[in-house]
Amino acid sequence: MASRRISVVTAGLSQPSSSRLLADRLADATVARLRLDQIDVAVDVFELRDIATEVTNNLLTGFPSPALGRVIDTVTTADGLIVVSPIFTSSYSGLFKSFVDLLEPQSLSGMPVLMGATGGTPRHSLALEYSMRPLFTYLHAIVVPTAVFAATADWGTEADVANTLPARIERAGAELAELVSVSTRSPSPVDPLALTTSFTDLLGEHTPRSK
Amino acid sequence: MQFGIFSVGDVTTDPTTGYTVTEYERIKSMVAIAQKAEEVGLDVFATGEHHNPPFVPSSPTTLLGFIAATTKRLILSTSTTLITTNDPVKIAEDFAMLQHLADGRVDVMMGRGNTGPVYPWFGKDIRQGIELAVENYALLHRLWREDVVDWSGRFRTPLQGFQSTPRPLDGVPPFVWHGSIRSPEIAEQAAYYGDGFFANNIFWPKEHYMRLISLYRQRFEHYGHGTADQAIVGLGGQAFMRKNSQDAVNEFRPYFDNAPVYGHGPSMEDFTAQTPLTVGSPQEVIDKYASMRDSFGDYQRQLFLMDHAGLPLKTVLEQLDLLGEEVVPVLRREFAADRPAHVPDAPTHASLLQAKLTQQSAGIGSAGSATGESVSGSALVDASSPSVKAVE
Repeated sequence: MASRRISVVTAGLSQPSSSRLLADRLADATVARLRLDQIDVAVDVFELRDIATEVTNNLLTGFPSPALGRVIDTVTTADGLIVVSPIFTSSYSGLFKSFVDLLEPQSLSGMPVLMGATGGTPRHSLALEYSMRPLFTYLHAIVVPTAVFAATADWGTEADVANTLPARIERAGAELAELVSVSTRSPSPVDPLALTTSFTDLLGEHTPRSK
Repeated sequence: MQFGIFSVGDVTTDPTTGYTVTEYERIKSMVAIAQKAEEVGLDVFATGEHHNPPFVPSSPTTLLGFIAATTKRLILSTSTTLITTNDPVKIAEDFAMLQHLADGRVDVMMGRGNTGPVYPWFGKDIRQGIELAVENYALLHRLWREDVVDWSGRFRTPLQGFQSTPRPLDGVPPFVWHGSIRSPEIAEQAAYYGDGFFANNIFWPKEHYMRLISLYRQRFEHYGHGTADQAIVGLGGQAFMRKNSQDAVNEFRPYFDNAPVYGHGPSMEDFTAQTPLTVGSPQEVIDKYASMRDSFGDYQRQLFLMDHAGLPLKTVLEQLDLLGEEVVPVLRREFAADRPAHVPDAPTHASLLQAKLTQQSAGIGSAGSATGESVSGSALVDASSPSVKAVE
C-alpha cells in the first residue's frame, strides 16, 4: 500500500475554532478519497495559535525555535497541504501570513494546496480567490480549483442548499487527493544546503591556474 | 587555537541610561577595546564594515592601521570585508598596505553584507550577490599571487598588465576567511581555495551550522587541501559575565531586551538556550564554549561579540578582563588537551611564510613566477626579517 503525508495548517484563533472544524473536514474528505485508491495517509495538523509567539519571535530573530522548526519542516516536506484561515478585514489573517512569510520562497514550489476560509457571512467568499490564491501562486504551489469558504450560516439551517458545504468539501478533497496520489515530495525532501550548480561552473573562466 | 573579539561597530543607545555615544566616542572606543584585547592576552581583533548609520566602521583598514600602530601582537582582521560591493583591486591594495604596516599581523574575512541597499549604493545588484562574491574573489586571489594580471569579467572594468601595489608582504597574501551564515556556495568557495570558513553562529541555533561546517569540511577534503578535520574553521560567540551568575543576568537583561538584533522577541532564557549567547559566570561561559568542538570538531578561531547593544565602554573593558583572564586561559587548556596532532592551528603570516620557504627549498614552488619577493620584503634572503620577528 502506497503512503503519503498531508499537513494541515489552520489559523483560527478561538477554541474551538470553525477554521479548525473546516480543516478537519477537508482533511477527512481528502483522506477518504485516497484510501479508496489504496493509499495510506498520515495527517499532521498544526494550529498556528499554539505557535503564535514563536512565529513572531522568528520574524524578529530570523530563526525558528526548535518546535517551530519542526512544524516548518513537516509542512514543507508533505505531499499535500491544506490551509484554512479566518477572513479578517477582507483577507487571510495576519498570523496566517506571518507563518507563510517564514517559509523559504522555494519550499512550497509544486506543493499541492487546498485552500479553505471561514467568515461571518458568505459575502467574504471571494477573499480566497483574490487574496489567498495569488499568495500560493506566487509561491509556485499548485492550488486545486475548488476553494472552500464556510460562512457561519453554512454550519446551520441557512446553508446553501443547492451547493452544500459537504458537497464542496468532498469535491475539493477529491481534487487534492488526485494530486497527492501522484506526489513524490515526502520520500525525497530537498536538502536546503544542496548546491544547484557546481563551483567550477560558478567560477567559469576565472578558474585559477594554481591554487 | 586563536581567541579574539569581533565588533559590529554599532552606535546604540544604552537602554539603562538613555545615553548615546557620538561617532567619535564609538570609534575611539573600538580602538580602546582592541588595545584591551591585546592587553588581556587575546589573539585577534576584527571589525565589521558598514556604510550606513548606526554603524561607524566604513573604513576598516584605516581603523586597523591605527590599531596596528598601537599594538604589538594582536592579529587584525575583519568581520566582514564586503567582497560583493568593494572593488577587489582596492581590497588587494588596502590589505597588502596594512600587512606591511602591521608586520604581517593581518588576515581578512570575506562577506556579502547584511544591508540590502549597500548593493545599489555601490552600483551592484543584490540578486547577483553570490556571483559577485565568486568573481571578485577570483580576481583578488590572482592580484595577490600574480605580479601582473590581465583580467576581464562581468562585474569590473577590464585590466591589462595591471600590478596591484604594494605586493603582499614577503610575497605571502593575507590568510582569507569566508564568512557566511547560510550560503552553501560560500562554504564551497572556502573549501575550493583551501581558505578558512567562519560560521557566524551567534544569532542562530547550532544545528544549522553543524551542517554548514560539515559541508565545508567535506569539500575541503574533496578539493585536496587535507583531511576534513584539518579544514580551518572559525566560530562566533557572545557572552556577558559577572562573578555571580545572577548579577550577570540582571545587568544584561535590559540590554538583551532592547538589543537591535533580537530585542523585543524571545526571552533571554530561550535565546541563550538556542544560541551561543551565554549570560552568567565565567565558568558557565567556559562550559558552553568548551562544548563547541563536540558539535563542530576541533577548530581554529573563536571570536566573541562583546561590545554591542549599547553596553558602555567601561563595562565592555571589564568583560574583556574576565574573558582574557578567567575564560580564555581555561579554554586554551581544554581545547589543547586532546587535540589531535594533525589538526593545524589557524595560519598566520609567520606560518604561511615558513610553509612557502619550506616549499621553495624543496624545489616544489616555481621560483621564477613567484610574486614580488624582491620588492615586498627581505624574508627570503634574511630570516631575521622584521615581519618574521614581529609575528613570532
